[in-house]
Amino acid sequence: MGDPSTSIPGSESVQLVNDRDQINELIDRILKLAVDAGLKDAALFAVRLAIEEAITNAFVHGHEGLDTNLPVTVEFKVSDGDLQIAIEDQGPGFTPEALPDPTLTENLSKPFGRGVMLMKAYMTEVAFNSQGNRVKMRYLVS
Amino acid sequence: MSESRLRISKIDEVTQVEFIDRNILDEANIQAISDEISGLIDTTSTPQILINFANVDHLSSAALGALITINNKTNEKDGTLRLANIDPQIYEVFVITRLNKLFNIHETLNDAMTQFNATTN
Repeated sequence: MGDPSTSIPGSESVQLVNDRDQINELIDRILKLAVDAGLKDAALFAVRLAIEEAITNAFVHGHEGLDTNLPVTVEFKVSDGDLQIAIEDQGPGFTPEALPDPTLTENLSKPFGRGVMLMKAYMTEVAFNSQGNRVKMRYLVS
Repeated sequence: MSESRLRISKIDEVTQVEFIDRNILDEANIQAISDEISGLIDTTSTPQILINFANVDHLSSAALGALITINNKTNEKDGTLRLANIDPQIYEVFVITRLNKLFNIHETLNDAMTQFNATTN
């Protein structure tokens, strides 16, 4: 997948604001491309979940305390059995390694902290840039 | 007040809650759903809540968080929360997050109702 801080070669780039209709429209568009590229039901479920989590993280956590009109950048490229997507916010970033493990018994009843683990569980590859404000994900049909 | 995203009915002492939406992803909707169910818990002495997932195709970690908050509130009042009719793909999300260990999950509404009746009789 390469360096998470670099653009995905040949990808389309979209500026997305925190508007549900626009988010749905973009995800539906990416999923349609994914269907055309041969991704099936379980893969589509996985990709949808991971994109939702990454976009939510970008707006809710990445842009916390910032102008609510700030857009995030979504880059995506879909080819035969291979979907790559990067989501970059304009916030200061975070340290994904510092996130507590939500599956530990003492964390099970905490109502937060599962987004990144779901992204990692459902996508083939997930990597953050060093600043922690950009995530690059890939789903490869095996 | 915005339109409810839930269908709520009462059978004996059990409050059944059904999601109207197929996708429980939108932050604002999730907050509204959480607030509405929390309101039901607040007005019941020992809440017995059954959430029916029959219509749900997708949910996010924020929705899981709302369910955990509802579960915590129910437990604080010595009540019981049960979940039923969860699509296999969504159940897998509960397994990955180990939340299948936290929640009382039943295959069908009947199974859940049987458990409610077994614990109240």
